Parts: sequence; C-alpha cells; structure tokens
Amino acid sequence: MSEIRNELKYLSSHEWARLEEDGTVTVGISDHAQDALGDVVYVETPEVGTTLAAGDEAGVVESVKAASDIYSPVSGEVVAVNEALEDAPETVNSSPYDDGWFFRVKPSDVSELDNMLDADAYRAEAEE
Amino acid sequence: MGNRTPLYDTHVAMGGKMVDFGGWDMPLHYGSQLEEHNKVRTDAGMFDVSHMTVVDVDGDGARDYLRYLLANDVAKLDGTPGKALYTGMLNEQGGVIDDLIVYLRDPGYRVVVNCATREKDLAWMNKQAEGFDVTLSERPHLAMVAIQGPNALAKAKEVLGVDWIPSIDSLKPFQSVARGDWFVARTGYTGEDGLEIMLSGEDAPGFWRALADAGVAPCGLGARDTLRLEAGMNLYGHEMDEETSPLVANMAWTVAWQPEDRDFIGRKPLEQEKAAGVKEKLVGLVLEERGVLRADLPVVVDGSEDRGIITSGTFSPTLGYSIALARVPVTVGDSAQVEMRKKLVPVKVVKPCFVRNGKSVI
Repeated sequence: MSEIRNELKYLSSHEWARLEEDGTVTVGISDHAQDALGDVVYVETPEVGTTLAAGDEAGVVESVKAASDIYSPVSGEVVAVNEALEDAPETVNSSPYDDGWFFRVKPSDVSELDNMLDADAYRAEAEE
Repeated sequence: MGNRTPLYDTHVAMGGKMVDFGGWDMPLHYGSQLEEHNKVRTDAGMFDVSHMTVVDVDGDGARDYLRYLLANDVAKLDGTPGKALYTGMLNEQGGVIDDLIVYLRDPGYRVVVNCATREKDLAWMNKQAEGFDVTLSERPHLAMVAIQGPNALAKAKEVLGVDWIPSIDSLKPFQSVARGDWFVARTGYTGEDGLEIMLSGEDAPGFWRALADAGVAPCGLGARDTLRLEAGMNLYGHEMDEETSPLVANMAWTVAWQPEDRDFIGRKPLEQEKAAGVKEKLVGLVLEERGVLRADLPVVVDGSEDRGIITSGTFSPTLGYSIALARVPVTVGDSAQVEMRKKLVPVKVVKPCFVRNGKSVI
C-alpha cells in the first residue's frame, strides 16, 4: 500500500502540497502517483520566477511508461525548483515526499490550500 | 481475474506487481523495471512467457501445410531438427495475422504464437488446415521461461545440471533441443544471448526458484518491452497488424520469395506491392534531448507530404535517452521531426536496432 502523509494536502491529479514555516508552499507528487508511473526518467520543472495560477500546468514527469503533467495547486510565484531531479529523477520514486519535491511557490492566496483534498479524502480517491 | 500461468503464485510471493496483459495476470515488474532491464544487459534475468501459445503441428502433411501457411519457408529447416525460423503468418491481403517462431521437431513442428492473438490464430490455422493431412495440438499445460543476458547460459546450466551441459554447449543460436516435456531453445526477445525453456507447468515454480537462487533476476513485462525495443524487435499490434504488410514492418527478410513456385498465403499482394514500389519502411528514431518518444506520435520527414507514425517508443535505459520505432515514408533521410506536445522536435533516423549484446549499435 502506498504512503499517504496526513500533514499534506492533495489534488485528485496526485500532487501534494506542504505549507512551509517561511510561508512558501512545496509541491511534489504522491507515493501513489510515483508507484503508478513506475521508474521516473525525466522531470521538467517550471522556471524560477514564473507566475502560476492554481490549476496551471507547471511541469511534466516522464517515466519509462508514461508522461504526466504536473499542476500547481496554488497561485503564486515559483521561488525554487528541485534542480537535483535533473540528474537524479529516480529520487521521485525513492523519496516522493522529501528529496523528490518538484518546486516551491510563494502563494498569493494561501487559502487556496483549503480547496485541496485532505489525506483521508485523497486516500479514498486513490483507493478507488 | 484473468488467466494465470503456473508461475502466478511465485510472482506474487516474489513481489511482482501484477497487471492485466492480453487477458493474463502477469508481472509488470518486481520493484524497478530499470534495474531488471540492466540486469539482463549485464548479467542474467528471467521472464515468465508461459502466456504465449504453443501449438504442435504433426502429420504427413505438416511440412506442406506450413509452407502454405507461413511467409517464410519451413523447407529451410529440412534436415536440421531443433532449428527455429521466425516468420509472419499473413492473411489473403498480405497483412500480418501474427508473427511467430516455428521449430522443427523430430518428427513434426512446434509453433509459438502470441497470447493476445491466440483465438484468431488458432481459428485461422485450423481453417487453413483443411485439405492437409495435419493435426494441430495446443499445449496449454506447458510453461515457458526465458533466461536472457550475458550470463544466462552459464546460470541456466548451473540449475539444469550436468546432464544438460553438453547439449546446451552445442546449441547454436536459433536452435533447440528437446528431452521429454523439456524443450530448450537458444532464442529470445532482448538482443542478448539466452535460452527460452518450455517445461511442464508443475516443474515451473521449482525451476524459477532455483534460477532465482542462482542469481537470475526475475523480470517483468516492463523490462521485456524496453529490452525488445532497444534490440529493434517487433511487437505484434505495434509494428505490425492485419493492416500492415511485412514489407513495411522490417520483416521483408522473413518473406521467402524463392522458390518461385511456392504458393503461400499473401504472396500475390506482396508481389504486387513490391512491383509497385514499397511506400514506407520501419526505422529507428533517437531523441538525444530531454523527453520520451511515445507510440502514435506523428513523424514529419523530408520529401513527403505523408506523415509517418511512431509504432513503439520508450526511454532506453541502456543508452540514457529516448528511442522509438516508426513507420515512415521511404523518402526519409537521416533526420526527421516528431510532433510532441504541440512542438516539432528533431530526431535522428537510424536503422531499427539500437542495442545488441549490451552495447549501442547506433
């Protein structure tokens, strides 16, 4: 069974978001998503400085099996991207919630996080 | 629940991620498809291919029947029991009903066809058997294990034991040796040396465990696909189907035109196609920048208004970038463009073979 962390928020499209102490929001894909994709071979992250609206396409994750778009769960400016994924995309498989994060946004409206699924709701969707 | 091979419980016990494949519950991988792929390229891996359909063809008319049924000529096997031949089985229009391997047994022949095409293959084979003195017997109780990689033969010998060593040592590529229910062939679908072993379903789990203990890595369908694609080998339903001629699917070499008086199903339309000039061919594509080529993406080539199409695409674990097989207009040069994510991306065009015996051949 894949791991679903209780402290995170989720989208039905399998992104997770975490509100950091500095007020930024970190985004990645869930353990369930990495498991379904299989071995990840490329990750395309947005550029730092890009302004995203909630629901915007923010990148792509490609596995041996399939390509999947990554959407931003919140609006705001991209302030950091995980450059380590360029050389080590497999980190998304081995550590989807920690070292395998994708990008970090400075949110323009932090209440958008409330529109996301909590762990229980995501668990119910992922188990379907 | 789908069909299960005699190794189903073993796959589950060994952590196989089971998926539906042509109506069969088969392992996709046992953790990492990439690791399994690399194990086959550098050491030895094994695949459960028991879902494939084995049909024995016997009777005085078997040779004549197969010479009519298949585009390649089983007369090439005369006098060499155990030898194997790769061929297409064509329809009256020259399209490919299936691709298969036929082995010369002593006496009779053994044919191995794909699992997803089993029913239509058997129906076609039975229909064409009318008028020939021939018996077709499916062998559904046989399991089949493919052991592939540079160390495959050594590790298989370790497990099979001393009685088998001389026969395996003298086995040339595309040859087989049979003993009771055991049928050992030096064939495969990975571009590496190796064996495909048919054995009774009852013996299969013990044999699989013993191979695993000898260090042969269990591999799933995921690695099987990336390995065959790197080796430039066709997959039925992708590179060819009933609408596709073998001449545009890199299978012209499997069509035996000589002797000219051999009438095989599909011969006439293929002769007409050849005389009119074949319009397309199967090539390899290489994408050295980021991204992964995928099946069904359109391909733009110089000198033709017609688009080509990617028939299979993947990330190549051995090469570290994406490769694909594509059917394109014959005017293609040494580069082309693939329409990916609404952009035209340049790719290199190469012969449809990327990796052999662990090394790049492009």
